Amino acid sequence: MTDHLASLAEAAPRLAQGLSVTVQLTIFGALLAFAIAVVLGLMAGSSSLWLRGPARVVIEFFRGTSLVVQLFFYFFVLPQLGVDLHPMVCGVLGLGLNYGAYGAEVVRGSINSVPAGQWEATIALSLSPAQRIRRVIFPQAWALMIPSLTNLLVHLMKGTAIVSAITLADFTFHLDQLRRVTSTMFSYAAVGLIGYFVLALVLTGIMAMLETHAKHKLGQGRSLRAILSPAPTVAAPGGGAA
Amino acid sequence: MPTAPEQNDDAARGAAPDAPVIEFRDVGKRYGDNVVLDGLDFSVRKGDRVTLIGPSGSGKTTILRLVMTLEDATEGYIFVDGEPLTHEERNGRRVELNKKQRKRIRQKIGMVFQQFNLFPNMTVLENIVEAPLHVLGHPRAEVLERAGNLLEKVGLADKADAHPSSLSGGQQQRVAIARALAMDPEILLLDEVTSALDPEIVGEVLGILRTIAEETDITMLLVTHEMQFAKDVSNRVLMFDGGRIIEEAEPEAMFSNPTHERTKSFLRAVLGEDQIGTR
Repeated sequence: MTDHLASLAEAAPRLAQGLSVTVQLTIFGALLAFAIAVVLGLMAGSSSLWLRGPARVVIEFFRGTSLVVQLFFYFFVLPQLGVDLHPMVCGVLGLGLNYGAYGAEVVRGSINSVPAGQWEATIALSLSPAQRIRRVIFPQAWALMIPSLTNLLVHLMKGTAIVSAITLADFTFHLDQLRRVTSTMFSYAAVGLIGYFVLALVLTGIMAMLETHAKHKLGQGRSLRAILSPAPTVAAPGGGAA
Repeated sequence: MPTAPEQNDDAARGAAPDAPVIEFRDVGKRYGDNVVLDGLDFSVRKGDRVTLIGPSGSGKTTILRLVMTLEDATEGYIFVDGEPLTHEERNGRRVELNKKQRKRIRQKIGMVFQQFNLFPNMTVLENIVEAPLHVLGHPRAEVLERAGNLLEKVGLADKADAHPSSLSGGQQQRVAIARALAMDPEILLLDEVTSALDPEIVGEVLGILRTIAEETDITMLLVTHEMQFAKDVSNRVLMFDGGRIIEEAEPEAMFSNPTHERTKSFLRAVLGEDQIGTR
């Protein structure tokens, strides 16, 4: 066991590097996925067939094809077609498109869940279609979509593990290096599980804060500051005294 | 965007200068086989306060929704200030107009909903200034001053920074009224604005609407089950049944001396044992 700990100490800098690659893939993959989810989700929820049709095709395609196969396509096939992408770009692209397609359904569903009366009020006030979405509907849908997006984010983070297949030295890659000098048990079970679990915990925590903030902006629940402050103030929110 | 002055309308539509503010010509609305409105003809003049009464499902609310362009009629034509709203007749055919037309006309119309429909992601003040700032593009200082006056008028000056969710139903509806008025509409549509409120706070909302009716010349089209309010505020009452107007009269005559059998039974059911005027 002491041997293993010594090996771990020796491998620590490389594991940290790998973890950093994993975190970068997660962050950039998630940002791309979110952008794609919003665009495709809005298109898929549109009443215009010209927007809805293409969005559906793209969503179904990327949901229905394996992430590994997509990564191989970007990494091995595209160069043959004259497009050479850095493995990191391939990874972010694969994760972004794949989880963006899933996220699009979440975005569409949440936007549909905003009550029809809100749309009607925006029409009665002559807001433009873009203003309706940006200023009224999306901020409300945002609070609804965060729990499902959190799920996808954790999935995405775990999905980064397969990028070692396209030569990226991520956390999983360095775990495998560690396994060679220690044991499968120690490397994957102890270091690996804990590493990914802590990462997931951090992501879930950040998303929980986002959700609290989003809900507070809709007048539901306490503000993030009130919850995080060591000495909670005893102000009754929304005291409706006349 | 230039707002079309009245002469334009006259030239284009042959409308008289005192054209009705709202005119329905042979308007029908059906969902599949379900006929909601059927060959409806009526007009509303400037400054009119018209109350639509009738059993639920008689098409009253649909009329407001058609004027607000939340839905389109399936037959006939609607005119606002002499201009066709969504469709017009060309060579004997019913043609949908460019969407710009309804967008432009929509700005003359305000609507207050049964369920208030305040934006929960904005404060009370933000709800009120949203459209004047971002749709009309009016200067901020001017909009804020006007919003302050409107909040004062509806008795909620101290709630400017509150969230809608922290307000009572009556307070929310008063904000919704202020929000509609902030756009300075020519026409105000009131869709059962007290139906979702507790009986004891209905009065505070109706009181504000009475004041607005007295102090302004806004044309009002309202659907309500508050017959006393209808009597106080409106100068005409239209009784609907089965998607048609079956009786039309001044409120006094309508309530004290309805002629149509259906109107009589409806008023008896709505007013119950209460005699009109006891409130």
